[in-house]
Amino acid sequence: MHSLIATTALGGSEAQVDTIAGLTITECPDWAIASVAARHNCEKPLAAAFKKAMGFGLPKPMQSTGKGDITAFWTGPDQYFIEAPIADNELLADTLATALKQTASITDQTGGWVRFDVAGSGCSNVFERLCILDTRTMDDGAVSRTSLEHSGCFILCRKSDHFSVYGPRSTAGSIHHALVTAAKSALG
Amino acid sequence: MIINHPILGPRDAAEFTYLGDASLLNRPDWQAKDAAEQFYEYLYLRDNVAGVHRELWYHEQGDRSWLLVTRNTLTHEISKVELASDVARAGGNSK
Amino acid sequence: MTQPNRLQGGLIDHSKSLNFTFDGKSYQGCAGDTLASALLANDVRLMGRSFKYHRPRGPLTAGSEEPNAIVELRTGPRLEPNTRATTAELFDGLVAKSQNRWPSLQFDAMAINDRFSNFLTAGFYYKTFMWPAAFWEKVYEPIIRKAAGLGSLSMQDDPDAYDKGFLHCDLLVIGAGPAGLAAALTAGRAGANVILADEDYTIGGRLNSETFTLDDAPAADWIATTLAELNSLSNVRVMPRTTVIGAFDHGIYGAVERVSDHLATPAPDKPRQIMWRIYTKRSILCAGAIERPIAFENNDRPGIMLAGAIRSYANRWAATPAQNIAIFTNNDDGHHTASDLLAKGVNVSAIIDTRADAPNSSEVEVLAGAQVTDTLGRLGVKQLTVQLADGSKRHVQCEALGVSGGWNPNVHISSHQRGRPEWRADIAAFVPDKNGPPGLSSAGAASGIFSTAGALESGAKSAVAALKDLGINAKVAKLPRAEDAPVNLQPFWHVKSGKGRAWLDQQNDVTVKDVKLAHQENFRSVEHLKRYTTLGMATDQGKTSNMGGLAIMAELAGKSIPEVGTTIFRPPYTPVSMGALGGRAVGKHFHPTRETPSHNWAVEQGAIFVEVGNWLRAQWYPQKGETHWRQSVDREVIATRKSVGICDVTTLGKIDVQGTDAATFLNKIYCNGFAKLAVGKTRYGLMLREDGIVMDDGTAARLAEDNFVVTTTTANAVGVYRHMEFCRQCLWPDLDVQLISTTEAWAQYAVAGPNARKLLQKIVDPEFDITNEGFPFMGCGNITICGGLPARLFRISFSGELAFEIAVPTRYGDALMRKLMDAGKEFDATPYGTEALGVMRIEKGHATGNELNGTTTALNLGMGRMISKKKDSIGSLLSERAGLNEDDALMQVGLRPVDPSEPVVAGSHLIAKTGPVNAKTDQGYITSAAYSPILETSIGLGYLKDGGNRKGEIIRAVNPLQNQEVLLEVVSMHFFDPEGERLRA
Repeated sequence: MHSLIATTALGGSEAQVDTIAGLTITECPDWAIASVAARHNCEKPLAAAFKKAMGFGLPKPMQSTGKGDITAFWTGPDQYFIEAPIADNELLADTLATALKQTASITDQTGGWVRFDVAGSGCSNVFERLCILDTRTMDDGAVSRTSLEHSGCFILCRKSDHFSVYGPRSTAGSIHHALVTAAKSALG
Repeated sequence: MIINHPILGPRDAAEFTYLGDASLLNRPDWQAKDAAEQFYEYLYLRDNVAGVHRELWYHEQGDRSWLLVTRNTLTHEISKVELASDVARAGGNSK
Repeated sequence: MTQPNRLQGGLIDHSKSLNFTFDGKSYQGCAGDTLASALLANDVRLMGRSFKYHRPRGPLTAGSEEPNAIVELRTGPRLEPNTRATTAELFDGLVAKSQNRWPSLQFDAMAINDRFSNFLTAGFYYKTFMWPAAFWEKVYEPIIRKAAGLGSLSMQDDPDAYDKGFLHCDLLVIGAGPAGLAAALTAGRAGANVILADEDYTIGGRLNSETFTLDDAPAADWIATTLAELNSLSNVRVMPRTTVIGAFDHGIYGAVERVSDHLATPAPDKPRQIMWRIYTKRSILCAGAIERPIAFENNDRPGIMLAGAIRSYANRWAATPAQNIAIFTNNDDGHHTASDLLAKGVNVSAIIDTRADAPNSSEVEVLAGAQVTDTLGRLGVKQLTVQLADGSKRHVQCEALGVSGGWNPNVHISSHQRGRPEWRADIAAFVPDKNGPPGLSSAGAASGIFSTAGALESGAKSAVAALKDLGINAKVAKLPRAEDAPVNLQPFWHVKSGKGRAWLDQQNDVTVKDVKLAHQENFRSVEHLKRYTTLGMATDQGKTSNMGGLAIMAELAGKSIPEVGTTIFRPPYTPVSMGALGGRAVGKHFHPTRETPSHNWAVEQGAIFVEVGNWLRAQWYPQKGETHWRQSVDREVIATRKSVGICDVTTLGKIDVQGTDAATFLNKIYCNGFAKLAVGKTRYGLMLREDGIVMDDGTAARLAEDNFVVTTTTANAVGVYRHMEFCRQCLWPDLDVQLISTTEAWAQYAVAGPNARKLLQKIVDPEFDITNEGFPFMGCGNITICGGLPARLFRISFSGELAFEIAVPTRYGDALMRKLMDAGKEFDATPYGTEALGVMRIEKGHATGNELNGTTTALNLGMGRMISKKKDSIGSLLSERAGLNEDDALMQVGLRPVDPSEPVVAGSHLIAKTGPVNAKTDQGYITSAAYSPILETSIGLGYLKDGGNRKGEIIRAVNPLQNQEVLLEVVSMHFFDPEGERLRA
């Protein structure tokens, strides 16, 4: 087992949690992400291989699917992010590469993203200060990339009162600041 | 401006970057006899249309698709939005 | 203590007293007052001085169309100039100051301008101040500039925060008067998503100012019930204090919500204002109508107001501008003001009605077929001169005059997309363009339907029609019975007699004479009239003056009013603060900040940072005792070349290129060859634009047959990725290649110097051979470090030293930096920043963005032969154009000063050793320069005509702006280790 210790995107030893009125904003560092992009003319074999390996189907545009702790969300035409708890899935990209064989191009994206979960009452009141997505009308499982206070972020609706925001890891501080500021402004 | 993305539905133009005329899809054959002349026209000559214009937009803050948008430069009405890759293939672009 | 001109009733709270000051004097008003209504109640009618002539002015209106009562609100950093007293909500402790006067409002020395009005007419800059020519720049312009402008800035940082926001709805109702309320009620009950916005702080629109009954009860009752129902519906969002400022493309509207303007300070963490983008499928303009005056000589005295405004002050704000008021009107609505005033106990001295068949009154003297020809009372109107129907003259006493020339539907929003409103002769007014913004309809007074019953009905019906388009079935809400008076008006725009000035645009001081002058000087287009006279160009956009101006222009030109037409309407409807437009992107948060994985560690070291786009990169790492940056940078260079240095290079773009056609794809986007690059090898790649100019450079590392990692410069990472996706999706859509950015996913450090390998051997797991034989120059591969952590190693060198770049998943980036420094202690490992990185690459002659400046080609860089002619690649064909390949083309060279104590100055141009210095003798320019502590001299890189053949020549580097000339020798750009021995060690 290697000797290096991982740090969170915000640089703390513990994940950052903020509570504003009835809402919590939580940094979630313990998730592995891999990108999966279908190779040319391999959309169907990829879908089949994925279903076989993971036990659930790939999502349609702007949707997510999942089983247990593992979620797949659509990021572009025939492109997906797979999210899994990092504890058992440090080598998620390698595992997927083996399972999906040559049907897809896969990269490890874990280091590239910071995830903030926004949960509680007033989620949409906060998002309407930050991005164009109409989060009030997002179904459970809906996901879209958009600009959130000038950072390109994925917004994933887990439930109407629970959203995950994935943004570029280097911008974690700015994204966190934007979320907390908007929450303090819109709520309470 | 709203661009009605064929997969994602209506999105604000602020999520996109604009490249230019759709004729950029028609990259000339480098081995054509008059290739230099064709490339010059491809790169530099444009009809500056006051009316319906076909143009390329990139959904940088969204799904990173290139789109071909048919837009009236006078009224800003967007009458058609297609995946640029579909139009490119239909026009013979391949490898 | 009640105010002297306070009346009974109204919508204010007489029991809640508020203290405020105006020009240093203390007053009291009531909750619900505006600053203007409170001042009027205190018998203050003089509120400002006009822009050009500094004439004493009072409020003309009771709304946001106000031209005169423009004041400075608040003090200190919240000082806000040019706010309208007529819309400023009064709060306890409000401080206001009049503007544009010195030393005081009562005595303004600048009023001397009024005496010179003959010299200050339209276009005066081009007429009066033309001679002598030299005086314009040195004398006239500075004086005019100093005297110009309205209000002043605090010059302190705005302490408040502003939000942006995004709303979505089916129906946006603009204006919450009777039409808007009926529309919102109808649509809300049908279940549509509705936003109802009104600029006012009290919902109700014109109903707030009238004594009409709805179903025989006060209008306030129906407003309250309706509002309560709307607020109870979860699909309706009522937004008071929210001005819709513009109609933009495709159903996007801008709206400014004044969250805290009516408070002394915003609540903690709350914004002052919010700028909303509203995305709506349909919208209805229910913005009412704005009254227009009649122009006559000296019609701008304090106390001369629009009759409907006087009615608003009396009915809504329980304030009257005077106890004795006259009315001047061309329509029945003026009489309405008279009766409402009388009902409040205010005396009406006369109604001067231009119509010969004006209706009689039992309570007031009506002078039919009469006109006001002049007024007296410089600081406040005292007396009118009236010309009666029979031509005789009469004086009428009054301390206020209500003028009613009719009502203009408020068509602004419907005209924002080059709309041309339509003239309706029956109401002598413009109504919205039928071909206005798609999806926008209008109702009520905004559409020319002026009665209350008409407004209610048209609002409800418009909502039904709008929702029908969306497939929603709505029923017209049950509406109360209301007055339905017709419009009785005879157009009358200006009184023709009199030699004095009759005012049209009171904010810009434009008179009827100015319009005549413009016509006389042959400005015939209404757009030219506007620019030449500045009519309609002030902060009020001519809302109370445009109509009069173009009506007079029509008369002069012998045209009809619609033939003259209106000028283009543009957003914003009312002024918007820069703070609201900036939102949260202020100061440190102007753009998102990107931090590298070693950022926190670098902060601990006391590193100095530099902004590179959105990134913060360590520029150098000062050590104790170092006071000048050169000390740090020189030390970092020497230490790296002597032993080993470590630099965070995470910011350079990394793009993962995969697929069976990955190599083919790279072969097409780089001008040099990649098809045959072996697995485990890295190659420098030069990327051209299609026009043959160099776009970017970097490396491509082949980690597997079907997997490359491409690097880009930091600055071009986003642009190159975009370009690559264009090529992939649009030019060669059938290639099997997939792209994704991995810049963020990997922390990457350069480890450079003679001991680089030794240092890395302490952390790279032993099964990986990184000796020179095992991992030669330009090798690459997947490895593990520190007991099994997956990592990537690239043997590439920007510094020219024996160097590697090592990458780990970003979450281990901080730990790896600390580990490298710890393992590097025995080698005196030194962290180095972008400055030292820059010095070393210049010492090696490596190009960066300075050399890839958007005008240079591969040939200029000395890389002409890299362009493969055997394949098609972006830019290769046009790079062969004759103009890019001339014999004396610029070539990259090295430069060093003849006298080593002299600097090489980047940006200098290169000229022959002797001879004139001008564009014709220009031979090139210097792109990069640094002091080399290794060579102990300044060095530089630059482009020199035919530079390849001029080694050894002495030339001049000239910097004419600073009178600087330095003699330089043209040398090889590979200053240090030109054979690259250190690289391949």
